[in-house]
Amino acid sequence: MIPAITFKNNGINFKEKAFKKTLTLSAIVAVIILIAIFFTLLVNSFPSLKALGAGFFYDKTWDPVADEYGALPFLVGTLLTSFLALLISTPFSIAVSIFLGEYYKKGIVAETFKNVIDLLAGIPSVIYGFWGLFVLVPIVRIIEIKLNVPPYGVGIITSSIILAIMILPFSVSLSRQVISMVPDHLKEAAYSLGATRFEVITKIIIPYTKSGLFAGLLLALGRALGETMAVTMLIGNTHSIPTGIFSPGNTMASVIANEFSEATGKIYTSALIEMGLFLFVVATVINIIGKQIIKRFTL
Amino acid sequence: MNDSKSEIEKQIAHRNRKNKRFKGVIIAATIISTLPLLFILFYIFRQGISAINWQFLTHLPKPVGEAGGGVSNALVGSILILLVSCIIAIPVGIVIGIYLSEETKSRLAYYCRLAVDVLQGIPSIVIGIIIYEWIVRPMGGFSAFSGSVALALIMLPSIIKSTEETLKLLPESLKEASLALGVPYYKTMLKIIVPTGLSGILTGVILSISRVIGETAPLLFTAFGSPFMTTDIFKPMSSLSLIIFNYATSPYEDWHQLAWGASMLLILMILILNIISKIVQSKWKVQF
Amino acid sequence: MESAILKVRNFSAFFGKSHILKNINLDIDKNNVWAIMGPSGCGKTTFIRCINRMHELTPNATTSGSMQLNGEEIYEMNPVMLRRKVGMVFQRPNPFPTMSIYDNVIAGYILNGIKLNKQQKDEIVETSLRRAALWMEVRNTLHKKGTFLSGGQQQRLCIARALSMNPEMLLLDEATSALDPVSTAKIEELIHELKAQYTILMVTHNMQQAARVSNKTAFFYLGELVEADNTKTIFTNPKHEKTQDYIRGHFG
Repeated sequence: MIPAITFKNNGINFKEKAFKKTLTLSAIVAVIILIAIFFTLLVNSFPSLKALGAGFFYDKTWDPVADEYGALPFLVGTLLTSFLALLISTPFSIAVSIFLGEYYKKGIVAETFKNVIDLLAGIPSVIYGFWGLFVLVPIVRIIEIKLNVPPYGVGIITSSIILAIMILPFSVSLSRQVISMVPDHLKEAAYSLGATRFEVITKIIIPYTKSGLFAGLLLALGRALGETMAVTMLIGNTHSIPTGIFSPGNTMASVIANEFSEATGKIYTSALIEMGLFLFVVATVINIIGKQIIKRFTL
Repeated sequence: MNDSKSEIEKQIAHRNRKNKRFKGVIIAATIISTLPLLFILFYIFRQGISAINWQFLTHLPKPVGEAGGGVSNALVGSILILLVSCIIAIPVGIVIGIYLSEETKSRLAYYCRLAVDVLQGIPSIVIGIIIYEWIVRPMGGFSAFSGSVALALIMLPSIIKSTEETLKLLPESLKEASLALGVPYYKTMLKIIVPTGLSGILTGVILSISRVIGETAPLLFTAFGSPFMTTDIFKPMSSLSLIIFNYATSPYEDWHQLAWGASMLLILMILILNIISKIVQSKWKVQF
Repeated sequence: MESAILKVRNFSAFFGKSHILKNINLDIDKNNVWAIMGPSGCGKTTFIRCINRMHELTPNATTSGSMQLNGEEIYEMNPVMLRRKVGMVFQRPNPFPTMSIYDNVIAGYILNGIKLNKQQKDEIVETSLRRAALWMEVRNTLHKKGTFLSGGQQQRLCIARALSMNPEMLLLDEATSALDPVSTAKIEELIHELKAQYTILMVTHNMQQAARVSNKTAFFYLGELVEADNTKTIFTNPKHEKTQDYIRGHFG
């Protein structure tokens, strides 16, 4: 704790006070920054909030030239890609978490795979997008031709796949931890009753870590919602609602990335910022719920 | 009696097989999950290695159609923008981290921690919007400085958290020993506590740098990018990440080549930073 | 006549509303080794932490009454100045991990920005380490970090660090509880020798240690000073029933 004493008449007194004041001030600055961020987003969304109201979220036409701003296509795109990514990524993330949290907790195998997963998290989004453009897109095109679908190559499915790869490390890092922290005595009790490892994992470990695993998925979802660069490069960038997983689309984040610097007119810019506000709120809510679950879990 | 015995044995054998198959599935899934990394690194390396040469590192990009050209301005830009954001984020982050490690129960500490958690989860494109409104608009134009501020905001939570966690691990008796010697609190923190935790703090800083060096979204409407070589941080500036984005999505083959080279450069820098952080973590560790 | 280096009058200490020390009155004479004893929770550690004003570092910790060090009112002094006159050694050895043995000994000077030339530094380091019976073991490795020593050696280093400030009084807070018997014995021997130059207050829950090392004892119970007398008297002919019970092992 910061001590509660004061000094008398000494050069030390001033320095001590200055130090403590700096610490407190810095904490206040952190809080102020956050509040300021929220208010900036809110205030700058007013023009479009006033002009478009709630219709913003269920109007499906986004046509800046005609001054029409309906964000439904992007809302759909965002939700579709994020949940699809989660769907693809979850079985793998749980498998890797079991691998690292139960089967290979220590040793060279554990270290190698841990490092690989960490590296996956370290690759910048734009490089994922770049690689996706030149490697994933041709593959998806071939599949689309086989399936008799328009061979865009880019689209919802492609960006979902790259998203799935990108969010994997985030859910793994948390899930692995909670799985490895299951008390030994619980597992040993099950083994002593004759259970196989598979049964211990599925009947003891997973139920025990349910909420931790869920929190991990939640955090991964939060990440997916806000991911911008890779998605922008692989989603096709159309303004219409995607009709299926093979059609191109757009997410809120990618629309902002593509159109913000050229947006003219108050309502146009404000509409983009309103989407930013939406992303901020959703990401924050998911983040806080996830962290609350973690807190309750580690208590 | 014999029948039920063999029934049980059959069941056990079945469970054992299931057990083995499960482990196989887990291992297979894990290996599949790591394949993308190998593919990506391999591909970048193969494409990028041919692009990197002296010209690449020291020349400016040439107009479309002309051969040659390099990414010198982007390289310098990345480093400069990063430098300024470090200057902003590191002191502020460490100070807030010290505060949070010392104050655990006060209300301000609670709200501060909440603010840091929320800040950590904000999508980086939103940070770009914020800085656009806070700095680019008032300044009247794009600038490397605004890009640095955006990156600093993104770096802040991880620096704060790693500082807080590092200092929290230090034993309380260390502080008491210094205070009992008659050393004032501020000196105790600055000359004993922070130096003892330096390796952990440094590791956190290096890792947050490696995370931010590849960021593109927050720079899109702050630093914006530029085809020129400039070291004026109040003008728009290019960065490796911006260049990769712009060239990769262009239709020109030689620009794609430059982008591959830039990607490889970026990955190398990230790898080196990660290795440095691991070295700092193990070699510099202070025993107590 | 022995002179009282520490005079405690009507002294009380609180954690919030909890009354930890109740109206303590005690005179500590120079060049004595005082054992401060009592069952867990009796306030003995709080008592010595009030002497060098470490108690008040905990929020909601307050005191009332008077403590005088050589006639000066402790609670009116600058705490930083006070702590340079009273040395403390803690239960767990805590040499500063980033400093060498040499720097650890004179840490009090270094951290307070007191400038000394090389000769003065060397002198203080050697004298303090000799007084702490550690010099012979570390004289050739003074540049090494303090944390590479054994537990007992680290503790003697902490003693040297406290002694280097030339304190008027040395407070030992269960300084040997975390050490092995051999190191404990070495430090007990040390305390014996230090008596000639310093006044030592040692909190201990080890009755045999108190009997071995101290010549005066103060017995605390539930925040009150029950009895304070020569160690021999306390152990063979205590005046109070509670003291008797403690000596005979009725309490922890």
